[in-house]
Amino acid sequence: MLAAAGIAVLVSMALALARALLGPTLYDRILAVNMFGTKTVLFIALVAALVGRGDYLDIALLYALINFIGVIALLRYHEVSGVSESKPGPPP
Amino acid sequence: MISLLLLLFLAITAIAIVRSRDTLTAVMLTGLSSLISACLFLLLDAADVAFTEAAVGAGISTLLMLAALHAVAPVRPQPRRVAWPALIVVLLCGGLLAYGTLDLPPFGAAENPVHQHVGNHYLEQTEREIGVPNVVTAVLASYRGFDTLGEVVVVFTAGLAVLLLIGRPRRKDEERDAR
Repeated sequence: MLAAAGIAVLVSMALALARALLGPTLYDRILAVNMFGTKTVLFIALVAALVGRGDYLDIALLYALINFIGVIALLRYHEVSGVSESKPGPPP
Repeated sequence: MISLLLLLFLAITAIAIVRSRDTLTAVMLTGLSSLISACLFLLLDAADVAFTEAAVGAGISTLLMLAALHAVAPVRPQPRRVAWPALIVVLLCGGLLAYGTLDLPPFGAAENPVHQHVGNHYLEQTEREIGVPNVVTAVLASYRGFDTLGEVVVVFTAGLAVLLLIGRPRRKDEERDAR
């Protein structure tokens, strides 16, 4: 059961990595990085279940938070830089 | 097996970072490689290192690099060409490091030097000598207190230098410009 879940997580990691490398647009890449972060959270939870150490779940929670912050920062940067490139626009 | 697969992911990501022409893509892929290496650390049973890697590598570094990208002018992609001396130096350095790992003792063996010298002393005597329940904290803050003090001085000096270089007045100007 755990092995099947592990293989599934690793395969989806590989697919997300491929999308992050190939992704033609920026949004593909951002989505792929976000999805890879989610897969990392799942991976850590699986390792915690395999090794039998519940304290690894704290690290999984931390990853979920960091993933969220990272994606917010990327989108915010994209928004700000896109506005400054095209037109002055209203203040954020 | 899983470690090898993750290492393959890491290598692919590293090559993609080097080959990417767009800085934003490179920043995103750097965060991704940090996530992969944190998974590797966790598989090696180094949960605290994985914790630090997640917080510093994937979190703060991405934010700082995005802030730096925002602060500097947009970088024009340079025409791609191979810098042979740099490539040779990098390959040589990596080869030497990989050669150095051949001398490492087997992973997790009980007779490794790391399990033989002061480690046992710390584990047995920390409760009596220091009285701190967490051995790692006792080692960092008491047994290696001067080492930690030096690290704190280095970090403090670096933060001070950064504040002096890009300190407050400049930031206020930028905010005014942005508005």
